Amino acid sequence: MSEREIKKGIKELSPIDVYMLLPRTNCKECGEANCMAFATKIVNREVTIEQCTPILEKKYEKEYNKLQEMLAPAIKEVTIGTGDHAVKIGGKLVMYRHEFTYHNPTPIAIAVTDEMPEEELLDRVKKVEDFSYEYIGREVRLDMIAVRSTSNDPTTFKSAVEKVAKVTELPLILCTFAPNIMEAGLVSVHGNRPLIYAATRDNWKDMAELALMYNCPLTIFASNDLKLLRSMAKTMIEYGVEDLVLDPGTFTDEGLSDTINNFTMVRRSACRRGDELLGFPLIGTPITAWIGEEAPKEVLAWREAYVASMLTSRYADVLIMHSLDGWVQLPNLVWRFNIYTDPRKPVSVEDGLKIFGEPNENSPVMLTTNYALTYFTVEADIKSSGADCYLIVVDSGGISVESSIAGRLLTAETATEAIKESGIEQIVKHRYLIIPGLAARLSGEIENLSGWRVLVGTKDSSGIPGFLKERWPPKEE
Amino acid sequence: MGEEEEKKDTIKFSSELLDLLSNFEEIELEGVEIELGDLELRFQPSVAFAPPAVAPRVKPTTILEEDFIPPIEEYPGRIEEVKLGATKGEGGSRGKTIVIGGANSPAFYLFERTPPHPPVVSLDVFDTKVPLPKAIRMHVQEVMEAPAEWAKLAVDKFGADLVTVHLVSTDPLINDTSPADASKTIEEVLQAVDVPLIVGGCGDPKKDASLFKRVAEVAEGERVVLSSVTLDMAEAGVLDDVAKAAKDHGHAVLGFTALDLNRARELNRRLYEFLPKDRILMDLTTAALGYGLEYSFTIFERARLAALMGDAELQHPVLSGTTNAWAAREAWMKMGQEWEPRELRGPIWETVTALALLTAGVDLFMMMHPAAVRTVKEVINQLMSTGKSKPEKIADWVTAKI
Repeated sequence: MSEREIKKGIKELSPIDVYMLLPRTNCKECGEANCMAFATKIVNREVTIEQCTPILEKKYEKEYNKLQEMLAPAIKEVTIGTGDHAVKIGGKLVMYRHEFTYHNPTPIAIAVTDEMPEEELLDRVKKVEDFSYEYIGREVRLDMIAVRSTSNDPTTFKSAVEKVAKVTELPLILCTFAPNIMEAGLVSVHGNRPLIYAATRDNWKDMAELALMYNCPLTIFASNDLKLLRSMAKTMIEYGVEDLVLDPGTFTDEGLSDTINNFTMVRRSACRRGDELLGFPLIGTPITAWIGEEAPKEVLAWREAYVASMLTSRYADVLIMHSLDGWVQLPNLVWRFNIYTDPRKPVSVEDGLKIFGEPNENSPVMLTTNYALTYFTVEADIKSSGADCYLIVVDSGGISVESSIAGRLLTAETATEAIKESGIEQIVKHRYLIIPGLAARLSGEIENLSGWRVLVGTKDSSGIPGFLKERWPPKEE
Repeated sequence: MGEEEEKKDTIKFSSELLDLLSNFEEIELEGVEIELGDLELRFQPSVAFAPPAVAPRVKPTTILEEDFIPPIEEYPGRIEEVKLGATKGEGGSRGKTIVIGGANSPAFYLFERTPPHPPVVSLDVFDTKVPLPKAIRMHVQEVMEAPAEWAKLAVDKFGADLVTVHLVSTDPLINDTSPADASKTIEEVLQAVDVPLIVGGCGDPKKDASLFKRVAEVAEGERVVLSSVTLDMAEAGVLDDVAKAAKDHGHAVLGFTALDLNRARELNRRLYEFLPKDRILMDLTTAALGYGLEYSFTIFERARLAALMGDAELQHPVLSGTTNAWAAREAWMKMGQEWEPRELRGPIWETVTALALLTAGVDLFMMMHPAAVRTVKEVINQLMSTGKSKPEKIADWVTAKI
């Protein structure tokens, strides 16, 4: 029974299901060769149904509506902000990453308060905007600002929201449980579509009115009470508020288990049970690590960091955080980047000879494995060093240097084979090969088998520029 | 982890954690106060924006009551329970044994059922000097060439549930220490601590096979875990001998495969010829955060779900070599000022790597940094029961002064 029930929930849409509802005229207006090709891309979520312009015509209305229903994600996609800087949250099709690529990487909102001195406030916003880390050739960044009213004064809140909106186009979350203060904030960013945080058991009606009046998405906060969360979702939908975000409460210490279980139950109910009342994005607030406890700030930041990462794994679609420290944000930002990648994408890059810059017959020859992350890291380091050189990429089955040595995928034999097949022996005059420091133990065997002299490089490819400077060209021994 | 740990109050835990994190000298003990502002709940539209014209609908005036039923599933499969270590009465000399596995729900779905056994943490010990990141080295500097002392430190001070002794000096390309000599280290560690042991080899299939056979004899009856056995051992024709030795002398084995469930199944099938199912653990490969952790996360999650759905060949507890997190340059490298201090960046890297895999179903972690170990054990402890949240604590987080 259970097995069937679980499988039933997984979207097992076939291109045929979609094709049957398309105009089937093969008009190519979508840019695809025919309707079947388009249907396949639809199922893979590579294109949207609206790219088929004919189907938007009146005569296909029934089919269009049916397709929309068929393709609706289990978790509604909610847009916060407007224009280029809008973020989309939710839109998840599945519960587990291996089922289908997760959509809409969890944006991180950094909190500011309306009582911060102006200079501090603007400085913090600027730091959020400037926060950037280059990770395998891509930039990872923070995404939003959450303005909290700690003053409990509408005028103060209004002024702070105005100041923030003036200096940044990042989407906003306005945080207060007092409807009159919320409205003061909404007035000053009218039309910007900030996320309202939050409707509670006590203020829900006023917050619902505000959400309708200002056309904003609305958070429902029902701390550790999924019955209330569900009831309020139902109420809000009936009230006419369609874009909801759910907050079952983030407890970072002894209540962490409740939080993880609540997030998991909400997501499973939506994905596996088709529960539409819980089919909305989840918001996590690791910032709560900072309240109610006396401890050194590093300890609180530490807890905020790991709770954020756990919520990134367990279904949070947006997070509000306090710490701006690089060591706190970086692990979660990298993790977010990672689990939102396509799980079907091969782990490896093509093996063979890669050429950097304009090498000649005396240029260095290096060797690495074809694990994508190893390769991209090495590539980035070589490029940043500006070196002209050759890189032999060994087919290690898409495994990193260390693991592929342990797993006997990178061996003297496979390395030698890669050297011979690369044709490098016809390109360079010398016979010096630089291998990764982590492959040091293979150096003797590679020398014996390949006839090349081996130079053991650094353990981390960040050492390549220094290594080349010091050790290349090799001194005759 | 039980009662003793629970008794400690959070503040004590915090300051201990901090001690473990680094040699911070500039710790400010900043008090955190919350001001519970009196919330005004009156609604006073202060500006008259014309509301958009909407079809008249009957707006609810009270919250519409809905029920919530936890989405509970039943699974045809269950993870094997594996016992690690053996007490005197069981033919060994351990002070206590540890049972892992037994799961019949995905990791920490307590709304479904409480896991029968909490995941546990083993600390890494090496039999020879190995290069370690500074953030780790500073905690083990004194014991780096004394594995028995190192193991004691790991258990007594860092709270290791188990200890993994990596006999890396046996590597033919390093010291080529003989199985007989290396086994002496195991005897010493067995004397020094009374927790269950994992014995690691050097990765050379043939050398490891001869090493494990010797260790199996020397540690007769102790139910150590031989780490690891691989399909390369099968290829080299030595796997059967190791599996037999494990069976004859009462040990368990850890089967290592590289991010490939088909190979994991194949290895298990070979092991079933010699070993009962409750003597086999699986290591599906742990890549560091930023260096492929998502592949590990997904393979562990897939393995666990498949096992629960009835894939008998994957119904084994799983292990993560979480120390691999330190392979990430972000864990140890000196970066710009905005990313410092690395004394925190390193251990949080290991912690985040571990916790991602904890939620994917890992039962046993091999780790190194004491602060990461402490945090992971604390989180496991918290995740083993529900109903401890205090909604009033975060009810007014929005107005809290930080």
